[in-house]
Amino acid sequence: MTETEQYNFAYLDEQTKRMIRRTLLKALAIPGYQVPFASREMPMPYGWGTGGVQVTAAVLTPADSLKVIDQGADDTTNAVSIRKFFEKTAGVATTTRTGEASVIQTRHRIPEAPLGEGQILVYQVPIPEPLRFLEPRETETRKMHALEEYGLMHVKLYEDIARHGEIATAYAYPVRVEGRYVMDPSPIPKFDNPKMEMAAIQLFGAGREQRIYALPPYSRVVSLDFEDHPFEATKADHPCALCGAEGSYLDEVIVDDAGGRMFVCSDTDFCAGRRAAGHVGKEGGA
Amino acid sequence: MIEIEGAGKSFTLHNQGGAVIEVLAGASLAVAPGECVALTGASGAGKSTLMRMVYGNYLAQAGRIVVGGLDVVRASPREIVALRRHTLGYVSQFLRVVPRVATRDVVAEPLLAVGWAPEPARARAEALLARLNIPEALWGLSPTTFSGGEQQRVNIARGFAHDYPALLLDEPTASLDPVNREVVLGLIEAAKARGAAILGIFHDAEARARVCDRAVDVSVFAPRAA
Amino acid sequence: MSVQDPSQGCCKAAPLLAVRGVSKTYGGRVGCADVSFDLYPGEVMGIVGESGSGKSTLLNCLAGQMAPDAGEVIFDTRGAGPVDTLRMSEPERRMLARTDWAFVHQNPRDGLRMGVSAGGNVGERLMAVGARHYGDIRAQALDWLDRVEIAADRIDDRPSAFSGGMQQRLQIARNLVTGPRLVFMDEPTGGLDVSVQARLLDLMRGLVRGMGLSAIVVTHDLAVVRLLADRLMVMKGGRVVESGLTDQVLDDPQHGYTQLLVSSVLQV
Repeated sequence: MTETEQYNFAYLDEQTKRMIRRTLLKALAIPGYQVPFASREMPMPYGWGTGGVQVTAAVLTPADSLKVIDQGADDTTNAVSIRKFFEKTAGVATTTRTGEASVIQTRHRIPEAPLGEGQILVYQVPIPEPLRFLEPRETETRKMHALEEYGLMHVKLYEDIARHGEIATAYAYPVRVEGRYVMDPSPIPKFDNPKMEMAAIQLFGAGREQRIYALPPYSRVVSLDFEDHPFEATKADHPCALCGAEGSYLDEVIVDDAGGRMFVCSDTDFCAGRRAAGHVGKEGGA
Repeated sequence: MIEIEGAGKSFTLHNQGGAVIEVLAGASLAVAPGECVALTGASGAGKSTLMRMVYGNYLAQAGRIVVGGLDVVRASPREIVALRRHTLGYVSQFLRVVPRVATRDVVAEPLLAVGWAPEPARARAEALLARLNIPEALWGLSPTTFSGGEQQRVNIARGFAHDYPALLLDEPTASLDPVNREVVLGLIEAAKARGAAILGIFHDAEARARVCDRAVDVSVFAPRAA
Repeated sequence: MSVQDPSQGCCKAAPLLAVRGVSKTYGGRVGCADVSFDLYPGEVMGIVGESGSGKSTLLNCLAGQMAPDAGEVIFDTRGAGPVDTLRMSEPERRMLARTDWAFVHQNPRDGLRMGVSAGGNVGERLMAVGARHYGDIRAQALDWLDRVEIAADRIDDRPSAFSGGMQQRLQIARNLVTGPRLVFMDEPTGGLDVSVQARLLDLMRGLVRGMGLSAIVVTHDLAVVRLLADRLMVMKGGRVVESGLTDQVLDDPQHGYTQLLVSSVLQV
């Protein structure tokens, strides 16, 4: 008996996966609506992507090719652990190439390369309720969603402008889906918000909060804003130091004790792909 | 303008063994436009009570009290509020105002309530205050800290700001010096001349003789001793 | 220009709020029983009574914050004329509650968002009805802070940094910014010291008169209703024992309970 055969496929039992799939179907039928589900204990702590892992386990088939990223990178602890988890429990093929993956689980980023039909993007979500920090009562936030009372969301943006002169919310920037539900896009940078209108299926899993929500392909996703303070998908105003890309989201990396720093693509696969194609940034030659 | 027919008033003191105090019975009188009628009678005869009944402040138990076509005894609160706003003015002996409001605005308020624009209302208020010898330095202050005589004059200015068709005056010349007494009597005469019906209580016999056309002794409305 | 027929104007209008037989029990205990009255545009009505007399229960039933067991609360809506708010759908009632109605709580913490700036508190109702221009929202918030005598440079401060009187004035601004026609007030001056009360009363009187608001003010403070209310309802044990013109009820109370209430006020 191989190690993989000691587990049911993708760790969860079949009944649990059926329950999650039913939840996913409901979530896809009501884009942006948070569907409660019976989240399971997973062999990792809350906050490490237990929601995303359960969603991935429910959609994975033996033929799939899985990519896992954390802040855009395939090689960080969280991404490596989850990838190994599914290699061990599902025996599926894994990849770091965005274009070759059929399922991508992500924490805090959307890959730079556009996703296509047939691909599934699974988000790890810490707090699914966009209204939570302004309205602590769950009964009340549910009612507000039901009655489309979303004025409070703009109060949050108003506070941003009043305090900082502009909408300072840089990640988890609230969006309205198909003109109906206001949704937390998980803590992706607002730079990624416009990419959410995509050809792939997007699934959001919050394990601790026991909520799943989804965006079907090509859903209309609008970032909230004011007429005189329109939404802007901002990023650091630099090219990537390694591949020279102008339009990708960047990480700031401190390189020495003297405050030296450089900006590099947060999407490691995108950066590596560009360098393989011959693009070189300011410090990419070394 | 003011017609009282068979008005009766008693107070039932529910918390003192249900004692009933009869004050007035069968009170009847009428005041025509341009006429000033004095209520007379010994202290406790019910002069102020009758006046308060006309104003709707005390509830009559019997009879009719018609002011400007409205029976005050049976009118709804909002009808009385409208009557007081437009038709029936009352100069009481005590000034009751919201703290913090400037004297000039206290006097202008009845005018604003009937739709005057703020500027002319304030101008008229200031003219009245000047005529009643309230120093200009006090116009911007709240009257709550004024002396008794000053408060009384502010009260009179407020009562005469709007040209009410009917006026109730409760001792308008009490605690006034001769100069201001003269001003107040002049205001009463002017109100009569424009056709106001006035019902008043004047302990000042000389003033009463000067402005009142006739007197009604309230003692005749005393209930027969039980 | 100055003399008007009293039968004209206010007295011809339809009631803004018509209350019919509103009752609410808590198990076997009576909250309020069979309360009926009409409130007309521009009228301010006081509801007085001691603690437990049912005045707050009644206010909550009228304002849609609590469902009465029986009765009708008919409001003259802008769009559809008189509608029984108790039979409205919840979205309609909540919409009413943030547009044409306002509710001023005794404790400003119940009526304000303590973690949101003063400007955000005032702007919330505007944003709730669709305002999406930051500059306009801020301008209106500034205008309202000025009207309730809060300095413009406090607009970005949170209410937790305000005194009790300022918090209460901010709550009033937040409620009146959408130009409601009916304001419910639950002990609006409760918990404030006397000088602050006077300022607040003066302000509320000015706003009520200036905007032509109708208001229902629940309080146990008879001095407050004398200054604010045109008429008065006295409650005891959940029932209305007396009602009428404010100064008539206070100066010539007919019911034994009202006489007790009036005579119990400490004189200063």
